[in-house]
Amino acid sequence: MTLSLKQVFLHHANGVEALRGVDLQINSGEQVAIIGPSGAGKSSLLNLLATAIRPSSGDIEVLGQRAWHLSARQRQRLRAKIGLVHQAPPLPPRQRVVTAVLAGKLGQWSLGKSLINLLYPLDIPGARAALARLDLAEKLFSQCQQLSGGQLQRVGIARVLYQAPEVLLADEPVSAMDPVLAGHTLTVLSRHAREHNVTLVASLHAVELALAHFPRIIGLREGQILFDCPSDQVSHDMLDTLYANEQLQSPAPAMTPLIVQIPRC
Amino acid sequence: MKRLINPLLILAIVAAVIASFAYLGLDLEELGSATSLKQMGSYVGRFLSPDFSAGYLNAILHGAMETLAMSALGTLLAAVLGLLLALPAAGRFGWFFQSAARLLLNGLRAIPELVWAALMVFAAGLGPNAGTLALALHTTGVLGRLFAEALENTPPEPAEAIRLQGGNPVLAFCYGTLPNLAPQLLAYCLYRWENNIRMASVLGFVGAGGLGQMLYVSLSLFQEAQAGTVILAMLVLVLGVDSLSAWSRGRWVKA
Amino acid sequence: MLTADTRDPAALPRLLLTLLAIALLWPGIQLSELDLGVLLHADSQSEMGRFVSTFWPPAHDQDFLQLLLKATLQTLAIATAGMALALVLAVPAGLLASRALSLSAASHGGRTSLLGRLLRWPVRGLLIFLRSVPEIVWALLFVRAVGLGPAAGVLAIAITYSGMLGKVYAEIFESTDQRPAHALLQAGSGRLASFAYGVLPNVAAELLSYTVYRWECAIRASVVMGFVGAGGLGQQIDLSIRMFAGGEVASMLLTFLLLVLGADQLSRLLRWRLT
Repeated sequence: MTLSLKQVFLHHANGVEALRGVDLQINSGEQVAIIGPSGAGKSSLLNLLATAIRPSSGDIEVLGQRAWHLSARQRQRLRAKIGLVHQAPPLPPRQRVVTAVLAGKLGQWSLGKSLINLLYPLDIPGARAALARLDLAEKLFSQCQQLSGGQLQRVGIARVLYQAPEVLLADEPVSAMDPVLAGHTLTVLSRHAREHNVTLVASLHAVELALAHFPRIIGLREGQILFDCPSDQVSHDMLDTLYANEQLQSPAPAMTPLIVQIPRC
Repeated sequence: MKRLINPLLILAIVAAVIASFAYLGLDLEELGSATSLKQMGSYVGRFLSPDFSAGYLNAILHGAMETLAMSALGTLLAAVLGLLLALPAAGRFGWFFQSAARLLLNGLRAIPELVWAALMVFAAGLGPNAGTLALALHTTGVLGRLFAEALENTPPEPAEAIRLQGGNPVLAFCYGTLPNLAPQLLAYCLYRWENNIRMASVLGFVGAGGLGQMLYVSLSLFQEAQAGTVILAMLVLVLGVDSLSAWSRGRWVKA
Repeated sequence: MLTADTRDPAALPRLLLTLLAIALLWPGIQLSELDLGVLLHADSQSEMGRFVSTFWPPAHDQDFLQLLLKATLQTLAIATAGMALALVLAVPAGLLASRALSLSAASHGGRTSLLGRLLRWPVRGLLIFLRSVPEIVWALLFVRAVGLGPAAGVLAIAITYSGMLGKVYAEIFESTDQRPAHALLQAGSGRLASFAYGVLPNVAAELLSYTVYRWECAIRASVVMGFVGAGGLGQQIDLSIRMFAGGEVASMLLTFLLLVLGADQLSRLLRWRLT
């Protein structure tokens, strides 16, 4: 059992109940898509699996370890084996793509090596290979602020691919891409997961993409799992119940531009 | 109520200005009178034929290099110390260190550079060392506070993502926070360097070396021609640093 | 697709820059005779240590406190009077140096005429000259010219700050949207009127805020100028340091700190109220 949630409840600080009584078992090597309307709790679920937030109640086991019963240092070592693709790529605008991608292995490199990497990238071929799988190899030495939203998302994915984790979690990884590019990127992710026996869990807005690329679908609505079944068993009725009263989807948040205060002399 | 207070404030300001002139007993009439202006004019005239002899120019060059070195090193030291102090001052190590760091920074910046220089002359003796240390101490206070504010305003997401991947806090800072912070830090450093090159010229008055000391000496000996050359050198230095700083800003700070 | 180079294109410029920095650092340390060790020797044996130990207790006898009050008021007065004179010079200079009043800019979409530029550049040059010479140098010159005392300080602040204020005013005038003023100019109104109606409303807040901030700086500058004989608190501090009267220096430094804090609060209040 690679990922296991038992009766997990999650309350945010502002009182909003994000997850209610979630039970989930995912085995090693599985590829799962999570779909649901906005505000259903998909991001919260993925952040929980990545051990970014602690559940208010319930048990969570990742890679066979009870994450929140570990010491901080052991949890950091565990986190190095989990890769999370964020919805809004957390990439500093002035950082170059090569450094951003190589940052994926920060949890595995020593301190000295990581600091030297800032001055001179130590594994340019590795970074290039990771970007090449997403058709971004020519942007290797550009700055992150020069990229479009879709390109930034792909850099975020390249970083996680370079990290080579055992569990790959993706929060809306293709939201800023057009359908063709999105499909291609998901194919790359699936293939990587298959070749390296990585557990892949992705949350997606576009239901067609989820059904096309993932063998197992979980429907989440208002913090509860509505259905959890193979993709060929998902019917129109189930989707209608899931997305009833769906509001307009919010676009992926763009990168906030860097504002530098220049003092008047 | 607000509409009434503003005109009253303006009136109060005008009254304060008039009171200032009255208190000082400044006789603007006398200052602006013909004799006084003629006196000032002839005084200024003595500056207008500066001494350009080779030996003196050599001394000026050395003084200018000393002043430049003072300001640059002082600012550099202050940037390093300021960044070190800004981390606790922004609350990264808890409430106690935040208050302590802020207190230290405020103390350092409240005392003006000239007073620091006078104290440093006591400690280090006459010469540019006192000036460099004085600039470094005062500027640490200024830059430390500016850096702490910039640190508090940077988005935390990139650093949090690195922590989530298993990186330790040092790496999260270097890879996540520093790239966003660096242009702002550089802008502040350049701004202070522009200020410090003016102050470095001046610290020489209390014995801290450089062009300031040369100016003080030549004015005290009533050698206006030499003083004129020193002032020209100061001007060139200030304009040079200003343009270098503007170029650096365009190259590295603007997005 | 051949991936030929595994070299980082930014590596060479970074290396060169680092080498340049090191090449400049070594002579820099030599020239400035940097020795951080003196800070660590500031114990009771050293000169500074001995001097600092006389700081306690701070002087607080009646006569001295009256002298302190007079000096503080004098400093405030020097700063305020100096700023007032600076404004008299800075406002017209700022207007002349900026392109906000340019008729040719209004009709040619922002490009100014040659004659206008020939007029504007000398004014800009003058402002830069006035603010580039350190204010304390002006103070020293005026002390020699008009004698010791507050008059020299007022004139020095007036000259330097007119340069600073004028340059920043010109920048502020130009940084706002020029189109309202241009529209008025093209409709036939006078230069000053179109400025007052088109540019001034947008920039008034920033102008005021910067002026009040500079007034606060002027207070600190007056104290510093006092060191060379321009009156006020600074002159007294200089006298006390020369006489090794540590207690007096301590009280005066404390007063200076309070003055700066008070000015800071007052400036915040004014900026909040008036903008």
